[in-house]
Amino acid sequence: MSDLSKVVAPPRSVSSNKGRFYGSWIAAAIALLALPYIFSSGGSLTTFSLIGISIIFSLSYNILLGQTGMLSFGHAVYYGLGGFATIHGMNLIADSKLPVPLPLVPLIGGITGLFFAAIFGWVPTRRSRTAFAMISLGVAELVASSSLILRSFFGGEAGISANRTKLLPVFDWNFGPQIQIYYLVAFWTLLAVVAMYALTRTPFGRMCNAVRDNPERVQFVGYDPHVIRFLAFCIAGFFAGIAGALTAINFEIANAAYLGAMQSGVVLMATYIGGPGFFIGPIVGAIFVTYLLLALSDLTAVWQLYFGLFFISVVMFAPGGISGLLMKHRPLVRAGTLFTVLRAYLVALVPILTMIAGLILAIEIVARHTVNAGEDPNTKAFGVRFNAASPLIWLLAVALVIGGFVVARQTWRWVGKAWDEALIAAREKGFYA
Amino acid sequence: MIVTSTLNGVLYGMLLFLMASGLTVIFSMLGVLNFAHTSFYMLGAFFGFQISRWFGFWPGLLVAPLLVGLIGAAIERYGLRHVHKNGHVAELLFTFGLAFVIEEVVEMIWGKSPVDYRVPRLLDFPALTIFSTNYPAYKMFMLLASVAIFLALLIALKKTRVGLIVQAALTHPQMVGHLGHNVDRIFMMVFGIGTALAAAAGVIAGPALQTQSNMAELLGPILFVVVVVGGLGSLLGAFIASLLIALVQTFAVSMNGSLASIFGPLGPGNTQPLLADIWNVTIAQIAPIIPYLLMIVILLFRPKGLLGTRES
Repeated sequence: MSDLSKVVAPPRSVSSNKGRFYGSWIAAAIALLALPYIFSSGGSLTTFSLIGISIIFSLSYNILLGQTGMLSFGHAVYYGLGGFATIHGMNLIADSKLPVPLPLVPLIGGITGLFFAAIFGWVPTRRSRTAFAMISLGVAELVASSSLILRSFFGGEAGISANRTKLLPVFDWNFGPQIQIYYLVAFWTLLAVVAMYALTRTPFGRMCNAVRDNPERVQFVGYDPHVIRFLAFCIAGFFAGIAGALTAINFEIANAAYLGAMQSGVVLMATYIGGPGFFIGPIVGAIFVTYLLLALSDLTAVWQLYFGLFFISVVMFAPGGISGLLMKHRPLVRAGTLFTVLRAYLVALVPILTMIAGLILAIEIVARHTVNAGEDPNTKAFGVRFNAASPLIWLLAVALVIGGFVVARQTWRWVGKAWDEALIAAREKGFYA
Repeated sequence: MIVTSTLNGVLYGMLLFLMASGLTVIFSMLGVLNFAHTSFYMLGAFFGFQISRWFGFWPGLLVAPLLVGLIGAAIERYGLRHVHKNGHVAELLFTFGLAFVIEEVVEMIWGKSPVDYRVPRLLDFPALTIFSTNYPAYKMFMLLASVAIFLALLIALKKTRVGLIVQAALTHPQMVGHLGHNVDRIFMMVFGIGTALAAAAGVIAGPALQTQSNMAELLGPILFVVVVVGGLGSLLGAFIASLLIALVQTFAVSMNGSLASIFGPLGPGNTQPLLADIWNVTIAQIAPIIPYLLMIVILLFRPKGLLGTRES
């Protein structure tokens, strides 16, 4: 037992670890500062800003999903309300010429998110698991429908807008150009990430994990799981509000789509795809999904279908998300047995890619016949030209899918075998995690 | 107005219960709330529409639920069952992703605008006249059909051997397995029948309501409210909640009063736009949010729902 615990959690050399810990934060800060000098086009600056916002939003969602075990379908409510409050706040500040600079404005969104999470959170957090998920969905629909009724605050379908340059300038920065907005977002992203990381290290963060794993035992220790869930919900609402505020500042507009079901769905998917089990997971997910959505919508008309299928395959085959999948290989890397697995992966990749190509081809053919019916059947998807009307292309798609599937099953067995061997070898050398 | 509203409310309630019953049975047995349940309802409506264009309405009523039931059973067998080992969150998210994909597929094949799904000619006449308002025969048919399915379900559950096993599996799935029944196959069957019921509701409701690619998204949250208000896993609770929510919402839609009209000159003038919004909104306008308000109020007093016994 003690042998195993030494292996799983070896005593750490404190000073070098601390150096690495702070070093990685400083490196992240420098990377954020340097990014605009490497990719200086306006488009990439906008993308980076969106990614930063998405990171805050996904991490705030992971306070619920990953750390406290609450699956919420309505997290965008606090994001959206934060955004609306920010727009109203910016208009108020500009109109009455209050001495508030723009970098402080996201706090308005955060406090609004906190406030509404405290109001709406008490009832859903009484329950856990499925019931919580359903109630959070109901609350989300309540707010989303109300936003169309209370037109003067939410501005109906058009939404409401503000002008960010009308606020007090800071050191000659009026926050008109995108580069200044990028630095504003980067600053808040770093701040929020550090704060949320610190939260996971506090006793409260540990109690959240305990509520996730065994709420009954938490009660025996003398805590109320409901209160802990509620507090976690409020904190998540606060950071979601900050993300919403940054979005509102970035686009200078807030509309009903901010707090809709789609927004809640995307943050859930981003967090889950990144992997809710690790702190880094939602960051990976936010970067990946934001980039994927931007890239896919350029490539094909039915990109949402691909995204949905991708999400389902992550749920089915990689339940720990991208970060979970990568972390599974850690013992192999440390034991040096990764190579055998990688070789098996490379072999398995060929039939799987064949199958995916066939699937994409089939979807694109159907899409060509239904979405753009009656147009020229010679079409182009993912940069490849083909004639969607010819029976040959149908045959090709079917052959690719079936052939790929049959071969993939066989190669997958090899992967399993290689994986088992590598893992056993790693365990023999004493690397368990 | 009261008679028509009651009829409409009961009709809407029965349709809701057709879906809520499938959802409840699936939840009780598999422990997973099928997020894609209303997507199967939508699939039913679109399949019914497509079959009605080729062969007519009545074959569609029979074939579309069968097809959707088969699809549902296949999804359980080849998808959900594999996700099961990854836990409840993964299962719920699998159905969530499924709902997303089904909506996209429907949108891809039938487009975003509503399709022209017509009431069969046989039933296209006013059935009764209530205070000079005609009540269409098709709505009477909807009501009768959903009541008939409800009764058939009740008899199948209470009087047959299969129903007995399903009932037993609701509360003691392990015990049923120990007794030598193939629980996996029962699960697949129940999932298939549950989705087929949802599809039947879709075929019946399709011509009267709008058959459109967002119909799953519109109904989904309300259905989950019904299940939560009734108490997760309780069939009777789901029945009461379906009727309650349907009646409340139907009556609300037909009312025009607002706070301003109730208090008349006693109310405050138009002081502030936000207050004015609240003051002037009619009951009919807030009808869409009433189910959610009802849910919150009921859960405040009964956290487990009306007849719920299980924590989750």
